[in-house]
Amino acid sequence: MEFPILSLMLAVPLVAAIACLFVNASTARMAALLATLIDLALGVLLWLNYDIGGAQWQFTERAQIFAGFQYALGIDGIALMLIMLSVFLMPICILASWDSITKRVGEYMAAFLLMEVLMIGVFAAQDLFLFYIFFEAGLIPMYLIIGVWGGDNRIYASYKFFLYTLLGSVLMLIAMLWMVNEAGTTEIPALMQYDFPVDAQLWLWLAFFASFAVKMPMWPVHTWLPDAHVQAPTAGSVILAGVLLKLGGYGFIRFSLPMFPDASADLAWVIFALSMVAVIYTSLVALVQEDMKKLIAYSSVAHMAIVTVGLFAFNVQGLEGAMMVMLGHGLVSGALFLCVGVIYDRLHTREIARYGGLSINMPKYALFFLLFTMASIGLPGTSNFVGEFLALAGIYEVSTFVTLVCTTGIILGAGYMLYLYRRVAFGLQKNADAAAMPDLNAREWAMLAPIAAAVLWMGIYPESFLAPMRQDIAALETRLASVAPRYDSALEVGAPRTQAANYVEPSHEGEGEH
Amino acid sequence: MSYSTSLYLTGAEIGLSLAGLVLLLVTAWTGEKAARAITIAAVAALFGALSFNFSLFDDGVAGSAFGGLFLADGFAVFAKSLVYVATIACLIVAPRYFDARGEYRGEYPVLMLFNAVGMGMMVSATDLMTLYIGLEMSSLSSYVLASFARRDDRSSEAGLKYFVLGALASGIILYGVSLVYGFSGTTNYEGIRAAFSSDFPTGAMFGVVFVLAGLAFKISAVPFHMWTPDVYEGAPTPVTAFFASAPKVAAVAMLVRMATGPFGGQVEAWQQIVIFAALASIVVGALGAIGQQNLKRLLAYSSINNVGFILIGLAAATPEGMSAVLVYLFIYVFMTLGSFVALLMLRDADGKALATFDDISGLSTTSPALAWCLLAMMFSLAGIPPLFGFWGKFVVFQAAVQADMVALAAIGIAASVIGAFYYIKFVKVMFFDEPKVAGPAKAPVSHWVVLGLSVLVISPLGYLLTPWLGNLADLAAQALFYAA
Repeated sequence: MEFPILSLMLAVPLVAAIACLFVNASTARMAALLATLIDLALGVLLWLNYDIGGAQWQFTERAQIFAGFQYALGIDGIALMLIMLSVFLMPICILASWDSITKRVGEYMAAFLLMEVLMIGVFAAQDLFLFYIFFEAGLIPMYLIIGVWGGDNRIYASYKFFLYTLLGSVLMLIAMLWMVNEAGTTEIPALMQYDFPVDAQLWLWLAFFASFAVKMPMWPVHTWLPDAHVQAPTAGSVILAGVLLKLGGYGFIRFSLPMFPDASADLAWVIFALSMVAVIYTSLVALVQEDMKKLIAYSSVAHMAIVTVGLFAFNVQGLEGAMMVMLGHGLVSGALFLCVGVIYDRLHTREIARYGGLSINMPKYALFFLLFTMASIGLPGTSNFVGEFLALAGIYEVSTFVTLVCTTGIILGAGYMLYLYRRVAFGLQKNADAAAMPDLNAREWAMLAPIAAAVLWMGIYPESFLAPMRQDIAALETRLASVAPRYDSALEVGAPRTQAANYVEPSHEGEGEH
Repeated sequence: MSYSTSLYLTGAEIGLSLAGLVLLLVTAWTGEKAARAITIAAVAALFGALSFNFSLFDDGVAGSAFGGLFLADGFAVFAKSLVYVATIACLIVAPRYFDARGEYRGEYPVLMLFNAVGMGMMVSATDLMTLYIGLEMSSLSSYVLASFARRDDRSSEAGLKYFVLGALASGIILYGVSLVYGFSGTTNYEGIRAAFSSDFPTGAMFGVVFVLAGLAFKISAVPFHMWTPDVYEGAPTPVTAFFASAPKVAAVAMLVRMATGPFGGQVEAWQQIVIFAALASIVVGALGAIGQQNLKRLLAYSSINNVGFILIGLAAATPEGMSAVLVYLFIYVFMTLGSFVALLMLRDADGKALATFDDISGLSTTSPALAWCLLAMMFSLAGIPPLFGFWGKFVVFQAAVQADMVALAAIGIAASVIGAFYYIKFVKVMFFDEPKVAGPAKAPVSHWVVLGLSVLVISPLGYLLTPWLGNLADLAAQALFYAA
C-alpha cells in the first residue's frame, strides 16, 4: 500500500477548516494560509511523483467503508493538472482575503478550506457517487461565501447560484443511478470503458449536459455567473472562475465524451451552436459593461465556449487545446479578478469610469494588469495562446465555419480587454481619489507574481503541462475514433486525368492542305 | 402456538402497557410532584423495550403470535426501534420545555407510553383488527397530547382539529376494512392475500382505496395533509416533534406492511395511488412552505414533502424499495428530531418562543452553535450532500430507478429543487441577515444532547453508518417479502 497522498490532501484543509471555526481572526488567517501551502507542497510532490507514460490511474486508493459506493480516489494526467490548478490558486485566495475580510474571518476561512477539500475531491474521485457528493457539496460553502461576505445584491445572487446549479445537477443523479444499475459498477474507470446502449446514451448525455452546461456555464444558462461573480468577494470570484467553472469541462471530458461517445457525436452540433452564440453574444455583452467584474465574467463565458468547441472536436489538438484553455483561463481570469480586487480594496467600486490613468500612479500594478490582459486576449508567449490555438486548430479539422465564428470571438476579446485596459490604466487621471491610490504592496506582489510566472511558463514551455495529459487524451481519442465526425471542408480527390491539362487534340483534317 | 411464545413475542408491548398502567396509578396518587420521576421511569421502560426488541432480533426469533394477529419479525423490530428512540428523545426534551410554563404533569409520559404501545401494535399487526386497535390507541393518546398545553388556545384548537379529522380518517379506514373483510371473508393478512389472489372484485378495490386514503391521512400525504400545518403549529413543540417522528414512522411502516402483505398481490391496484400521493406530496409540501413565516408550519410542510420521498420508495414495490423506505425513515427521524429540538431551544430570556423568520434573523451572530446545527439540518432536509439527508433521497431514487420507474424518479428529484428554496431561505435568514431581536436564552443540557446526537447522525459521519443501516434495512425488507 503506497502512501495515501490524495487522502492527506483532503484531510489537511478539512482539519484546518474545522479548526478555523474555533479560533480568532488572525489565527484563522494563519491556519488557512498554512494549510493551503501544505496542500500546495503536497500537490508539487504529487506532480513530481506522477509517472508520465505510466499507468493510466495513479495514486489509487480504495476503501469499502460505505454501502452502495466506495471511497475510491486516483488521478490521471487531466485530474492532476486540475488539482494543481486548485492547490495553486488556494493560497492566493487566502492572501487576497487577508485584509479585505474583517467580519467572521474564521467561518470565511473554513468555507474556503472546505471548498478546497471538495475541489480536490471532485477531481480525484474514482467512484461515480463519490464524485457526485463532492460535486454537489460545493454548493454549500459557495452559497455561504456569496451570501455572507458578498456585495449589496448578494442574496439574489446566492439564491440564483444555488438553485440554478442544483436544478442542473439533480437530473444527473438519476442518470448516474441508471448507469450504475445498467453497468453494475460505480467505478469511473470501468464506466469509461462500458458501452451503454445507443438509444439510452442520448438521455444520459442530456442529463449530464444539464449539469455541466450550467456549471460551465454555456449560453443560455450562463446568467447565474455574472451575478455570482459580481456579488462574491474577490477570492470567491477567483475560485469560481479559476476552478469551479472547470468542473463543467472536466465533466465533459471525464463523463460525457468517454461514456456516451455516440450521443456526443450526435449532439455535437448542439454544443457547436450554443458555443458559437456564446462566443459572439457574450463578447459583445462584455464590450458594453460598466462593471469590471461583470466584464471579466462575460469574458469567462466566451472563453469556456472555446473549451467546449475544442472538446467536441474529437481529436487530439482539440482536446489538448480545451484542457490548456481551461488551465490558462483558470490562471488568467483568476488573476484578472485579483487585479480588480486590488483596486476595489482601495476605492471600493468596480465601476470602470471611476478609474483612469492608473499606469501613472500604480506602474507595477499596471504592468501586471497588462500582462494578464494580454494573456486573456491570447497573445503568443502567454498561456491562453497555446490553448486557444490548439483548440481552434482542432476544430478546424472538423468544421471551418465553427472555426471562423469562434476566431471572431478572439478578435472581439481583444476589443473588450484592450478597451477595458485603456479606460482603467491609460488616459488622464480624471479622478483625484483614484490618482492617489498607492501601488502594490508586498502581499499583492506575492499574489500576482506567482500567477504571472505560471502564465509565462505555460505560454513559453507548454510541454510541462501537456506531457502528463498526453497519454490520457490519446486514450480518449482512441475511444472516440469510431464516431469522430468527418472534416467538412476536406478536399475531394478527383479521378486523375489521362492527359495533361494543356493538351490540345491534334487535328488531322487540314493537314497538308496548303 | 403456545401462549408462552405469544407472550414472549409481544413482550415489549406488554412491558410498556404494564409500565404505563403502574405509572398512571403513581401519577394519580402523587400528582404533579413526581412528574419528573415518572418521566425517568417511562424513559427507562422504553429503553427496556428497546433492548428487549434487540434481543429478539439477535436471537433470530421471529414468528406470529396469538394465532396470526401479531407478527414479530425483522421489519417490526426495525420500525419499533425507531419509534422507541424517537419517543425517548421526545420525552427527554419535554420536562424542561413544559416546566418553563409550569404545565408539566405526569400524564405526559404515561400518554407517550400508551402511544408507544399503540405504535408497536401498528407495525406488528397482521390482522385488520389488531391494526385498528393499535392505530386507535396511538391516535387517541395523540389527540390528548396535542392539546396538552391546556391554557393555550392554539393547543386546544390543534387537539380538537386533530381529533375531528383523525376520527374521520379512522372512519374511512374502518369502512375500507369492512369492505375488504366483506369481499375476502377474513381479517387476517395472509387470508386476505390468498382470497384476493384468486378473485379481486371491484368492491374490494374500493376497500383498498379507502384503507389507503385513511392511512394517507395518518402519514399526512397529499391530498389528506390539510390538518398537518395547523396541528403542528398549535401543538406544544415537543409534541410536534413527536408527531412528526414516531407516529409517522409507525404509520408508514403499517402502510408498507399492508401494501406488501394483504394487498401484495394487487400491486397495480395501489401503485398508481402511491405514485400520485408521492409526487403531489413533494410538490405541495414544497410550494406550501414557500410562503410560510412560522417556523413550525414550515417544518410541517417539510414533513409533507419528506413523506412524498418515502412514498417513492414504496411505489417501487420491490424489496429494495421497502429497504429504502426504512433507511429514509431512519434518517428522517433524526432530521426531524434535530430540527424540532432546535426550534424548542429558540426561546428568548422571557421564555417566549422565537417562532418566525423575523425572530431568528442573524441567529448566526447571536447563537452561532445553534445556527450551525440548524444549517446542517436544513441542508440535510434539502438533500444536499455531503449531509446524510442526501443518502435517504439517494436510496429511494435508486430503488425507483431499479424498478424501472425512471420518469417518477426524474420528476420527483426535479421537484425537490423547489423544496430546496425554503430550506436555503432558512439558512439565508440565519446567516445573511442582521439580527433584529436579542438571541435565544441558554438552552438546557438535555436539549443540547438530543440536538448534538441528531447532528452527529446527519453529519457526513453518518455515511459510516450506511453498511450497517443498509444491512439491517435489507433484512427487515426481506422479512416483509418472505412472509408475504
